Amino acid sequence: MNYLLELDNVFKEYSNLIAVNQISFKVPPSCIFGLLGPNGAGKTSLIRIITGITRPDRGVVKFNVNSNNNSSLIGYMPEERGLYKKMNVGEQLVYLCRLKGLSRDQAHQSVQKWLDKFEIQSWWNKKVEELSKGMSQKVQFIATVAHNPKLIILDEPFSGLDPINTNLIKDVIHELKNSGASILFSTHRMEQVEEMCEEIVLINKGKNVLSGPVKEIRQSHRENLFKIETQNPIDIQENPEIQIIEQHENFITVRLREGQSSNEILNYLIMMGNPILAFNEVLPTFNDIFIKTVNSESHE
Amino acid sequence: MNKLGIVISKEYLTRVKNKKFIITTLLTPLGFLVFFIVIFLLMSNESDKQYSVYISDQSNTNINMPDDSKRFKFIKSTESLDSLKSKCKKGDADAILVLPNFRGPEVKNYTAYYHSDKTLDIEMEAKLSKYLETSLRQYKMQILSLDKDQIEKVDTKISIDPEPISDTSSNRTEYTSKIATLLGGAMGYIIVFIIFLYGAGVMRSVTEEKINRIVEVVISSVSSTELMLGKIIGVGLVGLTQILIWMVLIPVVYMIGISIVGINQNDLQNISANIPADQLSKAEEIQFVIQEMMNLNWYKILTVFIIYFLGGYFIYAAMFAAIGAAIGDDINDSQSLTMFVSIPILLGMYAMFSCIREPDSGLAFFGSIFPLWSPIVMPAMIPFDVPWWHLGLSIIILFAFAYFVIFIAGRIFRTGILMYGKKATAKELFKWMFSKQ
Repeated sequence: MNYLLELDNVFKEYSNLIAVNQISFKVPPSCIFGLLGPNGAGKTSLIRIITGITRPDRGVVKFNVNSNNNSSLIGYMPEERGLYKKMNVGEQLVYLCRLKGLSRDQAHQSVQKWLDKFEIQSWWNKKVEELSKGMSQKVQFIATVAHNPKLIILDEPFSGLDPINTNLIKDVIHELKNSGASILFSTHRMEQVEEMCEEIVLINKGKNVLSGPVKEIRQSHRENLFKIETQNPIDIQENPEIQIIEQHENFITVRLREGQSSNEILNYLIMMGNPILAFNEVLPTFNDIFIKTVNSESHE
Repeated sequence: MNKLGIVISKEYLTRVKNKKFIITTLLTPLGFLVFFIVIFLLMSNESDKQYSVYISDQSNTNINMPDDSKRFKFIKSTESLDSLKSKCKKGDADAILVLPNFRGPEVKNYTAYYHSDKTLDIEMEAKLSKYLETSLRQYKMQILSLDKDQIEKVDTKISIDPEPISDTSSNRTEYTSKIATLLGGAMGYIIVFIIFLYGAGVMRSVTEEKINRIVEVVISSVSSTELMLGKIIGVGLVGLTQILIWMVLIPVVYMIGISIVGINQNDLQNISANIPADQLSKAEEIQFVIQEMMNLNWYKILTVFIIYFLGGYFIYAAMFAAIGAAIGDDINDSQSLTMFVSIPILLGMYAMFSCIREPDSGLAFFGSIFPLWSPIVMPAMIPFDVPWWHLGLSIIILFAFAYFVIFIAGRIFRTGILMYGKKATAKELFKWMFSKQ
């Protein structure tokens, strides 16, 4: 497979700490890729290396795109947002696009297109200091994508957005993905990772501690838990056949024993005569996986 | 356009299009105009009231009365001091000048007494002492039977004309060094003023971007060196624009001012026509000064001025940019770090003063070579004929050093601009100079 971005053993050390320790991963084209990690894990250092703001001490960052200018391939929205407060929205978007290598006309057209898309054409002559936080967030998003980057790096893109604008940005992210761009998505909101990301890499203390496709990771962290919903209140006692993890009136969560299949449990419950409404496997949430992985790494 | 060009044009255009820039650029000459008019009005405004000054002459010199003017009226009186004082109290008089006995021509110091409840203002004091000085001089001449012509023959006006020994130096007159001193000092001052004004502008621009956090987006697109140079050049061009506008506007406004307050060319000519015959040399002197100024090598002076302006601006603006990048989230942090810039500039100004006084001294030579000072010292020295080798050496060192400072400042800049939180210490700045990217 031809990957868009490949990191190979990237290492970066500052005077008193190792910020990025031998990290390798590959981002495929047209993919929403999660870059996860607790605070201070080295995400920002890694992003700065990918964007070319700093250079790694060792290792390779490779873009598999024919371009003589890597900076034009990347759109970067840092977590700490920033725009020129005294400058017009339109002028500053054009300026930022031109720094990414677009001509003045191209930049003008693209910015116009994006302002139309978000239905904020009237903001062209507004100064950023006149905008609300959510409004400037949209401008910041346009500044990240208006030069048609191949790799879009978004650090906590939804912070400060209301649910309507969150959905709007989510839709746009999916559109960008469908048009061929890859999105490197850094966040602490694990429900968003489950919802949006196809692949992730989880780093802790500068090291890669977990990576791969989201579905596979959840599968591999399965704990053989099943949740059963019944019509009538369940009256069941602990017995050798069944290991109960959690019990409510109409719900129970059970764990399969070694060698036990889900059908055996289901049969046992059917035999009890209480009509079964639902039988689902409980996969661990990304929140659980995150906490478990980070904690076990930290205790090592 | 390459990225450096884009940064320069953005830095330049956002500033030049800013209302604040337009207002200060236009208002500064207008401020001069208002200042000029106010000063003129203050000086030409004589109060309507005429002061009556009684002169009680007990000097026995048969002194003449001073001439009356719009402001002062002088009345000779033989009344006693007490009765004159009561006149003052009643409001019939404003002041009494008592001239005590003048013992004779051998007297060197003489004190007259001015009785009044009102302050003795400078104009009045000057007028009275001038009047007494001339009157008593005449009296002494009379007593000593001295002829006015003889006295004038005794005085000799001295001038010392410097002449070069070697053929290469240009001929100078006594005025050359006076003009050189004034011109040199003025150029040194202008360079210091520009460095502080626009250098601080570069620092503010860097700090704003850092505090805004937009810098993180920008330096993922351009290198930190391009960003820093773009700012320095962009702000420098704004400075040049402002100076050029002022160079045109200030003379225009000055002419307008002259026409508003009502001095016309004829008046000026009348003033010079009214110069008394014995002071004609003054007019000649002015002409001579003008002649002398025309004789200066202006091409050389202005070229040198611009070269040192550029060198000095680059050195100090780069230092300001590094400081702007090194300070934390609070723009007020800059104060302690800016002393790295202000101290060399202030020392440079002292060096400039001493070099104007003594252009051949060792300190002057050192100051004109040492690149932190030479942008201030050399323009001040140039009207005093600096040899070409000296000038060349100084310029080479200046630009080599400017390159070095930009390099070092760039290293501090690229590390500092991404550091958030507290401001950097001098030790950290030093470490950043040698840190890897």
